[in-house]
Amino acid sequence: MHDVVGALTNFVDLDAMKIAYLFFVGFVGGLVSGFIGSGGAFVLTPAMMSLGVPGLVAVASNMCHKFPKALVGAIKRAKYGQVDVKIGIVLGISAEAGVLYGAHIQENIKKAFGDAGSNLYVSAAFVVILAIVGGFVLRDALKTYKSGNTSEEEKVTKLAKWVQSVNIPGTMVYFKSLDARISVLFTIPLGFATGMLAATIAVGGFIGVPAMIYVLGAPSLMASASELVIAFVMGMGGSFKFALHGLVDIRLAMIILAGSLFGIQLGAIGTTYVKPFMIKMVMGVIMVIVLFSRALMVPVYLSQLGLIQPLSEGIITLLKNTSFIIMILALFSGAFIVIKSIWSGLMAERKMSKEVLKHGEA
Amino acid sequence: MLQAANNLKINGGEMASGYNKNVRKKPIGKMIFMGIVSIALYAELLLNQDVINSNFGKGGMYAFLPIITAFVFSYFHGAFTGSFWTVLGIKAAKKKKEVK
Repeated sequence: MHDVVGALTNFVDLDAMKIAYLFFVGFVGGLVSGFIGSGGAFVLTPAMMSLGVPGLVAVASNMCHKFPKALVGAIKRAKYGQVDVKIGIVLGISAEAGVLYGAHIQENIKKAFGDAGSNLYVSAAFVVILAIVGGFVLRDALKTYKSGNTSEEEKVTKLAKWVQSVNIPGTMVYFKSLDARISVLFTIPLGFATGMLAATIAVGGFIGVPAMIYVLGAPSLMASASELVIAFVMGMGGSFKFALHGLVDIRLAMIILAGSLFGIQLGAIGTTYVKPFMIKMVMGVIMVIVLFSRALMVPVYLSQLGLIQPLSEGIITLLKNTSFIIMILALFSGAFIVIKSIWSGLMAERKMSKEVLKHGEA
Repeated sequence: MLQAANNLKINGGEMASGYNKNVRKKPIGKMIFMGIVSIALYAELLLNQDVINSNFGKGGMYAFLPIITAFVFSYFHGAFTGSFWTVLGIKAAKKKKEVK
């Protein structure tokens, strides 16, 4: 009952501006997430929080828009032959367990430290994980770009080769995206980590996708597409768990969904026009920019919790505004790369078919 | 040489007829229908915010409400957005990439 009362007072008023903002952010989040398999959340959760939505309601509502969005995206990308449903389900089930555990942690933090505590936790987790994974993914993409061999097939990492070589009888499963048999003893902890992160900060994909690429050895196109299956499986379970406590603001979830369904379809189309390393590039760029945006907010929450000297109103406003602007920059950078790829791909294709037609007439 | 020219003609012909087929096939009717249903759903959601907030936020068995809502919205709105891009002519690359 405590949760219900808390949640009701947490539901913000929505005006036309806020709706338009959420729709737009949803669109760009969907665009990115259709392209790299995740990524809506690390923009959407902070976007909702910037409207005054408490961290936990933002995470819950984000999750409730994620699973229907992921379903639509997965169906679309399955048509392009990019989805490995089996790896999605196997990782998804263990991710579900991680979601349940992660949600439990979040609730305890909120109970103990209130909204500022849960906001601080979400922001701090963002910063740490984005720094490690985002930095790594971006470095890898830049290395491919600089090497000039962008069309070359992606290399399976040494770690993935080792993982694929381990044979533990009774636990081996064949996955088509890896074209190899892997012990579920490797996939279970990866799925669990993905789910736990998804429930605590609403972003599982940027553990899930790099894990599939670097630890299991999946091509990035298939990893990002299969992540949508994981997102669906754990998103539905997670949403239900949050909804049991009355934490989902369905209006927020559905408004974001409105924009993101436009975006995810476009992002999925975009993947058919790009070289695989572009997926890593977009993922890395966005993760690193968002990292700075969230890092600026950490002192604000720290001062709210009384852990540091209280900040003046002026400084708080400055930090909030800068954080907001940087986040918008992350959004636009990702969206720009995806839309540009689609545009140049479409133009090249039209030019080609015109030439063929011309030859045909000649 | 002649054979090559014929091949090109055939290819060109196919592409042209394929293009026409695509033009005909544009799911305009579906887009309009799904669009109207989507708008109705969103109008319902935003015009009844108070009732919806108080029921959906109750928790317990009421948790099924947001889940069902999400599926219903994704079905209609997903179909609408899909046909929206197709009608605009933005589709996947024709040459599928070799994905292992």
